[in-house]
Amino acid sequence: MPFIPHTEADTDAMLDTIGVAGIDDLFEEIPGELRLGALEGIPGALTESEVGRLMRRRAARDEMALNFLGAGAYEHHIPAAVWELATRGEFYSAYTPYQAEASQGTLQVIYEYQTMMASLTGLDVSNASHYDGASALAEAVLMAVRCNRRSKSRRVLVPRALHPHYRAVLETITSTQGIDLVDLPYDPSGGQTDTGALGDHAGEDITAVVISQPNVFGVLEPVDEMTDWAADNGALAVGVVNPVALGLLKPPGEWGREGASIACGEGQPLGVPLSSGGPYFGFLTCRQALVRQLPGRLVGRTVDVDGKPGFTLTLQAREQHIRRSRATSNICTNQGLMVTAATIYMSLLGPEGLRRVAARCHARTAALAAGAQSVGGVSVAFASPRFHELALRLPAPAKEVLGRLRAQGILGGVDLGSWYPELGDAVLVCATETKTGQDIHRYVEALRGAIGGIGDGP
Amino acid sequence: MSEPLVFELGRSGRLAGAQVPEAGRAVDLPPDMLRDSRPQLPEVSELDAVRHYTRLSQRNFSIDTQFYPLGSCTMKYNPRGCNTYAMLPGFLQRHPLAPEDVSQGFLACMYELQRMLCRVTGMTAFSLTPMAGAQGELSGVAMIRAYHLDRGDTERTEILVPDAAHGTNPATAVKCGFTVRELPTAADGDLDFEALRRLAGPRTAGIMLTNPSTLGLFERRIREVQEIIHGAGGLLYYDGANLNAILGKVLPGDMGFDVIHINLHKTFSTPHGGGGPGSGAVGVGERLAPFLPTPFVGIGPDGYRWVDAADHPKSIGRLSAFMGNAGVLLRAYIYMRMLGRRGMERVADHAVLNANYVMVRLAAAGFDLAYPERRACHEFVVTLKRQAREYGLTAINLAKALLDREFHAPTTYFPLLVPECLLIEPTETESKETLDRFVDAMAEILAEAQVDPERCRQAPVKMPVRRLDEVRAARKPDLRYRP
Repeated sequence: MPFIPHTEADTDAMLDTIGVAGIDDLFEEIPGELRLGALEGIPGALTESEVGRLMRRRAARDEMALNFLGAGAYEHHIPAAVWELATRGEFYSAYTPYQAEASQGTLQVIYEYQTMMASLTGLDVSNASHYDGASALAEAVLMAVRCNRRSKSRRVLVPRALHPHYRAVLETITSTQGIDLVDLPYDPSGGQTDTGALGDHAGEDITAVVISQPNVFGVLEPVDEMTDWAADNGALAVGVVNPVALGLLKPPGEWGREGASIACGEGQPLGVPLSSGGPYFGFLTCRQALVRQLPGRLVGRTVDVDGKPGFTLTLQAREQHIRRSRATSNICTNQGLMVTAATIYMSLLGPEGLRRVAARCHARTAALAAGAQSVGGVSVAFASPRFHELALRLPAPAKEVLGRLRAQGILGGVDLGSWYPELGDAVLVCATETKTGQDIHRYVEALRGAIGGIGDGP
Repeated sequence: MSEPLVFELGRSGRLAGAQVPEAGRAVDLPPDMLRDSRPQLPEVSELDAVRHYTRLSQRNFSIDTQFYPLGSCTMKYNPRGCNTYAMLPGFLQRHPLAPEDVSQGFLACMYELQRMLCRVTGMTAFSLTPMAGAQGELSGVAMIRAYHLDRGDTERTEILVPDAAHGTNPATAVKCGFTVRELPTAADGDLDFEALRRLAGPRTAGIMLTNPSTLGLFERRIREVQEIIHGAGGLLYYDGANLNAILGKVLPGDMGFDVIHINLHKTFSTPHGGGGPGSGAVGVGERLAPFLPTPFVGIGPDGYRWVDAADHPKSIGRLSAFMGNAGVLLRAYIYMRMLGRRGMERVADHAVLNANYVMVRLAAAGFDLAYPERRACHEFVVTLKRQAREYGLTAINLAKALLDREFHAPTTYFPLLVPECLLIEPTETESKETLDRFVDAMAEILAEAQVDPERCRQAPVKMPVRRLDEVRAARKPDLRYRP
């Protein structure tokens, strides 16, 4: 049997020690009428070789030559060392470091990660991770509501230009907590959140304001103005940020006069492959004063009985395994292995490397914007400064154009009209540092051909 | 020897040159949007980083290096083949928003995984999107809430949770807007039925149960629980943390459960990764099917397709930016295909055999079982109440002494209702020789504690650090390095 080492002699000796005749006797406490004869509908076993053949066939079927999709999951170069190290058995097959003395490796990695993330976001403290960016945002909003004791409304302003899937997750997780999510519209020409609409809420009791940098269109938001508005109106500013962009952009802790109070986001761009949407990890950082409301695991540095430095899980009185129904969150397991990969990634890139990757992504997207606009009828939807994504308006049905690009092995963008019907035929396109000038040229020519071809019929 | 922090290894201006693009032209963004401060990231060479993280890995216990009988966590062998084939380029490079027509290979795996999970639980539909057990619980309890509200039944504000339950159960119920009513455990380890009858009523939305329980005991009167709860108009939630014990033996659906989450990182052997990622796939019977979280995989005329909120209007909604921990799901799928039907049936056989064997041997070696009259399932509880009182062999002291003997410790001080307890789960992938060595080490510690109680209080002495000052860690939190 796969992975079960027992020989017949072992089993017999063990049953003998227990004092039963057969393995079946060990299940005697299960009422007979509940016992299953045999499992139905499960196929027979495959050897590793057979399953390997099956999986290779299926994986090959989905391979695409050229990917220009972003929208919350980004293709970056991942140094080979990242996953060579992260999949070492000592990291890969360990669990949550409850026994600190036997888990110093994992604990130190998390402490280093906490240091890097706190600094990258310009805040004081980071937790040990969340499931993904969207669920981290939901936890950040719940945390903001707990922290802002002066506000009674539980009303949170959420930009419409926040990724719609993040908005949906926020809805699912906060809907049972009496939290009121209020839309902030975006400026139809610039694509950034309409700060005039923010002004309409002045004088109201607002608990928190979500600020996404960049927003779903890749557009850079007026973060200073929005953060100051929050501060002036007694609301906490919650930043949702792309960590690679922070190599270049002003971090949430430095937004406006006082900075955001809480920052969160999707960690995937830091060394985690696209892999169909997960496992990724969410990060969550905050000001020192809020640390006791921070959900999830935290690692602290301390000393052992001999005074030697070491690491341990700490401030566990916030957590479900101690506080049960009064915990800050129900989170238990997080995304430890992804954090390990991200920590190695950030170590290999360093501050200069991350800045260069961010700058290269920005430059590639600028080149893509210039090229795409050379195609007849194609225009850039929003005029504001952007990071590494852009919305393109098309003169032909977006679905059809994307289908024609796909036929040439190009994932040409996300159909934005399905998320924002008011944008009509528009696609969201991303070019990271992985795209060469030639790749961009290929995209632009394929786009030209696809749009031209639609007029001529299939 | 301590391993320095990666920051301490760096030198200003050092760069892992092969990993970074050439410096480009100045960035054309408004200066007030740019960063002036440099993030505190290390400046190390590639070799520095590789040595540092390799050395850190060596400061861990793991399944690949040690026996890891951590109760309630099912630390079985994580087959390497599952990792290799889940990390094929076609899977790693697949963008989560890639359209269905170029995703049929991946979607086929997910669809078949959903079907197999239905088969091993007796449920009718599964969603793979929850990213951990606690998120599976959240979606399950949210579905129970949605079900009652959909029927216009707004008075059901309470969830019943046994006192032996995992802490995520009460924390989740509260997060879903419910009040928790705690159910005591009877002396024999089963639920206290008198309390259950008293607490179940028109305010009961449902009950959250783990069966076998976290005490490692099968709740024998489970059908009565079902009659009481369903009779009161509530629903039954199955916490699948302990599914390994009954895989192929009993279907939770046959026990009367309406909704279940499975920790795929336990029963289906995906790696625990030093604290995640996990997966808490959630399954339901007919009644709750309309509320299942999206997206999940369906089948249509053009092949496999995503079922999203638009097709599933009563869904509790979305739980992750995309579709959950896809890479974990692929590993579970590969594992299930390698086990096959017979292999799955053998899992529970040998998990339970191993647990009962270790239990009987430890009892013979002088340890006290919390429930000596009961048969263990895949795990069991030892109490050191007597040894702690007589010669200071507490659960923590024994745990630390085990580390010095190259065994990971069992779960300690959980479940909360048994004093000085160890929750021991050997899993089916351990051989008799390993189990014998473990029992011998436990017996040795017991004997040593009787003649030299101080020694186990000093343990561990062979680890990279000795016992840590946790009070100091909490009073003066040092959560990041500052040079």
